[in-house]
Amino acid sequence: MIPEIGHLALIIAFVFAMGLAVIPMWGAMRGNSAAMNLAPTLALGVLVFVSIAFGMLAISFLNDDFSVAVVAANSNSLLPAIFKFSALWGNHEGSLLLWVLILSGWMAAVSWFSQGLPSVMVARVLSVMGMIAIGFLAFSLLTSNPFERLLPNIPLDGNDLNPLLQDPGLIIHPPLLYMGYVGLSVPFAFAIAALLGGRLDASWARWSRPWTNVAWGFLSLGIMLGSWWAYYELGWGGWWFWDPVENASFMPWLMGTALVHSLAVTEKRGVFRAWTVLLAIFAFSLSLLGTFLVRSGVLTSVHAFASDPERGLFILIFLALVIGGSLLLYALRAPTVASRINYTVVSRESLLMVNNLVFTVSTIIVLLGTLFPLVMDAFSLGKYSVGPPYFNAVFVPLMALVMPFMAIGPLSRWREDSAARWLHELLVPGAAVVVFALAVPLLFGGPFNVWIAMAVLLSGWVVMGVLKDLWRRLGAGSGYGLRWQALTPSFLGMAMAHLGFAAVVMGAVVVTQLNEERDLLMEVGDVELLGGYRFELTGLSRQAGPNYMADQAVFEVTQGDKIIATLVPEKRRYFASGQMMTEAAIDASIWRDLYIALGEPIEAGAWAVRLQFKPMVRWLWLGGAFIGFGALVTVADRRYRRQSARHTATVAEATGLAS
Amino acid sequence: MRVKRFIPLAAFALLALLLFKGLSIDPTALPAARLGQPFPDFSQPELMTEEIIGASALRPRPALVNVWATWCYSCRVEHPYLLTLAEQGVPIYGLNYKDDSEKARQWLAELGDPYRLNIADGDGTVGLDLGVYGAPETYVLGPDGVILHRHVGVLDEAVFERDISQWFTTSARVAQAGSVEGGE
Repeated sequence: MIPEIGHLALIIAFVFAMGLAVIPMWGAMRGNSAAMNLAPTLALGVLVFVSIAFGMLAISFLNDDFSVAVVAANSNSLLPAIFKFSALWGNHEGSLLLWVLILSGWMAAVSWFSQGLPSVMVARVLSVMGMIAIGFLAFSLLTSNPFERLLPNIPLDGNDLNPLLQDPGLIIHPPLLYMGYVGLSVPFAFAIAALLGGRLDASWARWSRPWTNVAWGFLSLGIMLGSWWAYYELGWGGWWFWDPVENASFMPWLMGTALVHSLAVTEKRGVFRAWTVLLAIFAFSLSLLGTFLVRSGVLTSVHAFASDPERGLFILIFLALVIGGSLLLYALRAPTVASRINYTVVSRESLLMVNNLVFTVSTIIVLLGTLFPLVMDAFSLGKYSVGPPYFNAVFVPLMALVMPFMAIGPLSRWREDSAARWLHELLVPGAAVVVFALAVPLLFGGPFNVWIAMAVLLSGWVVMGVLKDLWRRLGAGSGYGLRWQALTPSFLGMAMAHLGFAAVVMGAVVVTQLNEERDLLMEVGDVELLGGYRFELTGLSRQAGPNYMADQAVFEVTQGDKIIATLVPEKRRYFASGQMMTEAAIDASIWRDLYIALGEPIEAGAWAVRLQFKPMVRWLWLGGAFIGFGALVTVADRRYRRQSARHTATVAEATGLAS
Repeated sequence: MRVKRFIPLAAFALLALLLFKGLSIDPTALPAARLGQPFPDFSQPELMTEEIIGASALRPRPALVNVWATWCYSCRVEHPYLLTLAEQGVPIYGLNYKDDSEKARQWLAELGDPYRLNIADGDGTVGLDLGVYGAPETYVLGPDGVILHRHVGVLDEAVFERDISQWFTTSARVAQAGSVEGGE
C-alpha cells in the first residue's frame, strides 16, 4: 500500500508541475495576475507531493519492504537503519527522486524569498522551474519508477547496498551535490525569465546572484565531500581521479565559478549582460549533461548507475528541449546592442573577464577530455581514454594562470584603474611572498622543491591580496580606528572563498609532491619507519560487524617516545554480496595524515599493508569547505535582503523586515 | 551581429548529435576489426624480469589478457576476483597500461599477483595497437592466439560466467591448475 501511495503522490506532483509550467507562464504573457499569483501555490503543491513520495519510499526502505524492486536491489535486513535510509539515493531511481525533491525545495524557496519581486518575474521563474520538474518527474514515472514492485515472487532478503556506499560520507554527499546541481536551475530560470521579459538589467543580476552563490557553495561542499569520501573509502589514498562522473560535477562547478564572478560585474556595472545570461544557461546545462553522462551509459565509469539506452534517449530529448530551447531563446532575445558603459583594460572588469576566460576554457578542456573517448568512438576512430595525465597537463597551468589575477581583483577599481596603483598596493606583499616561496620549501626538509615554491608563491600571493584588501577596508593605519562595519558578508564570503582556493592549491601540490607510501608484508611485531613515525603491528583479530566480518590489524604509531595513535585498519567481507572492502585507518591532523590500509593476507599471520604519510592533505577539504561556506556567507549581505522587500523599499524598511 | 548569437546553439546541436550517436554505440564493444585477429605483436619489457617479450610469450592459451594500472581504481575492485580466477588455473597475462612500473610492482606485492607475466606498457603503445579504451579491460585469447572476446570494465564472477567461462571449461581449468608451478 505504501509504495502505491508514493506512486500516486508522484503522479499528483506531476500534475501540479504541469499546472506550474503552464498557468503562470500564460498569465505572464497575458498580464493576468490571478494566473501569475498561482505560481507559489502550485510550486508548494509540487513540493508537498514529491515529499510524500519521498517519504513513502523512505518508509519502504526502513521497513525492509523487499517487494519494492529498488529496495530489494539496494538494501538488506541486516543493514544499519541509517544506511537503509541513505540507500534510498544510492541507486538511479531513488536518486532521481531526491533530485526532484531538491528541485521542488528550491522552487518553494524561490517563491518564499521572492515575495518582493515583480510578480511577473516570479511567475516566469517558477514556471521555468516547473518545466524542469515536469521533465524529471516524467523521467522518473516513465522510465525509472522507484515504486515498482517485484510481484508475486517477493525476495526474502535484499541484495544489500554496495559496501562502498555504506559510509557516513555518502549519507550527505549526494544531497549536498544535488543541492548544488539543482540549485543552478534557479539562476537558469532567472536568466530565461529575463530573456522572456526582455529585461536584462542589473536588478536581474542582483536577484539571481544570491541563489547562484548558494547553489555554487553547495556544489563546492558536495564535490569536497566526494573527494574526501574517495580518499578514505576507496582505500588507497587518492583524492581526485578525473573520472567521468567526477567531471560531471566539476564542469558545472567551473562554469558556476565563472558565473558567480560574471554576475558581480553585471550587477555592479551592467556590462557582460549577454555573456552572464549565457553562463547561467551553460552552468545548468552542464548539470543536465552530467545527469545524462552518469545515467545513460555512454561513458564507462565505476560510479555510473545501472544504465540503459531508453533512459539515455529520454534524457537526451529532455536535454535537447531544455538546452536547445534556452539557447534558441538566447539567440533570439539576448541584447544585441553593445552596452554604453565603458571600462578600460586596466580595471576590475578586465580582471573578472580573465577569471571568466580561464574558467570557461577550463570547462571546455574538461568537457573535451570527458567526451573525447565518445567522439573517437562515434567516428569509428578507435577507442581511447585520455586519463589523468591529460587533465593535469592542461588544468594545472590554467589554475596557475588565474591565481596572479586573483590577488589583484578584489583590490582593483571598477571602470578605470592604474597598474602603478596596483604596484603600490601589492609591492610589499609581493616581495614578502617571494621570500616565503624561497623559505617555506626548506621547512619541509629534503631537496628544494620547485613545485612547492611555486605553490607557496601563488597561494601566498592570493592570501596577501585578501589580507591587503582586509587591511584597506578596515582603514588600518588611517588613524581613525578600525571600520569593522566595512567587513560586509559579501566581502567576508569572498575572502573566505579565495583563502580556501589558496589552501586547496597548497594541499594539492604538497601532498602530490611529498606523499610517502610503502607497500609491505607485515607480521605481528614488525616495525616500519615512515615520515618520521614508527609503525608497529601489534595484533591481528577478527570482528563481526552488523552485516560483515572484518579482519583487523592493530598498529601502534609512535614518534620518539610519544604515542601518536592506535590505528585499526580493516578488511571487511560483506555477507550479502560477498564483496571485500578495505577500511583504511587514518590519523588525521592539519599538517599530515597517517594512512594505513590492509591489502591481502599473504601467508599465515602476514598481511600486505600499505602505509602512507600524506602531508597537508587535509588542506584540500578544509579549503573546499572554506570555498563552500564562503559562498554561503555572502548571502547574508544586506543588499540581498533588500530584494525581498518591495523594490522601492528603503534600507530601514528592509532591516525591519528581516529582523 | 545576430548570427553570432546562434553559435552556442549550433555548438550544442553538434554536441547533441554526438550524444545521440553515443547512445547507439556500446562503449564496451570491441571494434569489429580486432575480433578474430591475432593479438598484436609487441616488443616490451616484462614488468618483473624486465626482459623484452613479444606476443609469443603469452602462453599457455586460452588465456585472459587483463589491462590494468595503479591509477585505475576499478582495477583494485577487480583484483581479488582475478586472484580467484588465477587460483582456479585460468592463465591471466597483465598489460600494465600507461603506468609506473615501480608502483605496479608495489601494487602486486601488496595485493597479490594473479598474472603469469605482465607486459610493461608504460607509454601505452600496446594498448593503442589493441584498441584499449581504458582500464580495466579484459581480452580472451584463444588457443591459436586470436582475440575471441573483449570485456570493458570490472570483471566479476557474473561477467565471467556469462561471457567468458565458455572458453575455459571446468576440466581445463582444473587441468591447468594442476600444471601451475607452485612458486610465486
